[in-house]
Amino acid sequence: MKTRILGGASFLILAVVVYLGLWVTGPDVNQGQHVRLLYVHPEVAWVAYVAFGVTSLASVLWLIPATRRHVFDHVAGASAEIGSVFIALALITGAIWGRPTWGTWWSWDPRMTTTLMLFMLYLGVLALRRLPATFDARARRSAFAALLAFIGVPIVHQSVVWRRSLHQLPSILKADITKPEIHGLQLWTMLLSFLGFTLVYVWLLIVRTRLARWEDQAGDQSLSDAIAARRAEAVTGTFAQVRS
Amino acid sequence: MWRDALLVAGKDLRIERRSRVATAQVLPFAVLVLALFAFALDTDGRILRISAPGLFWIAVLLASMLAAQRSFAVEVDDRGLDGMRLSGLDPAGIFLGKAGAVAIELLVLEGLLLIGTALLYDSPLRGSGAVLLIVTCVLATAGLASVGAIYGALSAGLRGRETLLPLLYLPVTAPVLLTGAKAMEAAMGVTPGLQVGEGWPWVRLLGVFAVLYVAFGVLAFGALVEET
Repeated sequence: MKTRILGGASFLILAVVVYLGLWVTGPDVNQGQHVRLLYVHPEVAWVAYVAFGVTSLASVLWLIPATRRHVFDHVAGASAEIGSVFIALALITGAIWGRPTWGTWWSWDPRMTTTLMLFMLYLGVLALRRLPATFDARARRSAFAALLAFIGVPIVHQSVVWRRSLHQLPSILKADITKPEIHGLQLWTMLLSFLGFTLVYVWLLIVRTRLARWEDQAGDQSLSDAIAARRAEAVTGTFAQVRS
Repeated sequence: MWRDALLVAGKDLRIERRSRVATAQVLPFAVLVLALFAFALDTDGRILRISAPGLFWIAVLLASMLAAQRSFAVEVDDRGLDGMRLSGLDPAGIFLGKAGAVAIELLVLEGLLLIGTALLYDSPLRGSGAVLLIVTCVLATAGLASVGAIYGALSAGLRGRETLLPLLYLPVTAPVLLTGAKAMEAAMGVTPGLQVGEGWPWVRLLGVFAVLYVAFGVLAFGALVEET
């Protein structure tokens, strides 16, 4: 019930954001109507990064024997899934925004390149999770892969930053997207959107974690059911033999 | 730990010497990759000459993936990893040995590929950049071999590992391609006016990469191979 309230509240907030973003706030002097992506793109990117942070944290907690609980593996998996969806959204909305403002769908800018690599890394982690294994083996493997991704990302980022700092920046990127000043109403719409998307993330995380627990329980349950059914069958089978 | 590492590395290199998979399959594959780039890009050689460092590292990266996969494929069938654990070898030693053997194979491969790029792409080699080139190759190889050993152990024995390993391995090793290619550009002097000294900052980043992954492997390998 509490989860439902949370879900309802987050979607209500996003509905308000849609209203504010599309009707109440005006177009920008420089960017025109495209500025409305300000209420979507940074927020989904933020959720993606938060989600991967949570995955890393939960993975560490799983790997430390003292804090090892099943729930941390479920949280890590759930958060990695949600993060992958949101990072894909961030890449798509970024491309949609980049085309009119920078004149290109994609540029090999450090942040974008790192985000793309992060997306690929987490697709790998998710693929690893899907492979059949015992609970512990799967949890350990996924936790290690998530941590390796976490270590790798700053290095990917740094190497791209350096490569660009040693070279001339492409002039296409010189138009600074943060340059237009953010006005009061725009700022509030943006903050509300951050809040809304973060709540959506928390809600999805709770629901998905719960689902992951049920999946595991269902797996265990169906196994013990099958064993019980087989035993019952064997017992009745013996009775039938004795009678005949 | 070091004695165990030497034992494991010696064992792996002996397997490679006898089975000749590295020389008969991995090396020709890497040369083939070099040839494919030539088909794809240009035949007059100018583009190939300029992009030789990047293409070299792509070939190394792809070949290193095969080498890492191979290094753990030989252990899977007879549960070699369990055997090594049962015989009381230090997990950190097993990791260093596995990674060390892959690194030695890769260093030999890189030496041959350098000759290959010089011949096929007409890429320059200058004496003043030799130290930079060697340090770059050693650090990059240490990082690649460590990541390869970690992911190799992680995916060893899994169904579908052939398709999974590239997805896990390549994004993590992408910085080697970036930084290694930059350092090598400076070492070779591909672009006119590029000084050898400009390559060293890249080597530092490669060093961080190598140290991080070697340390991760040494610390985590025991937990990683435990009852998989």
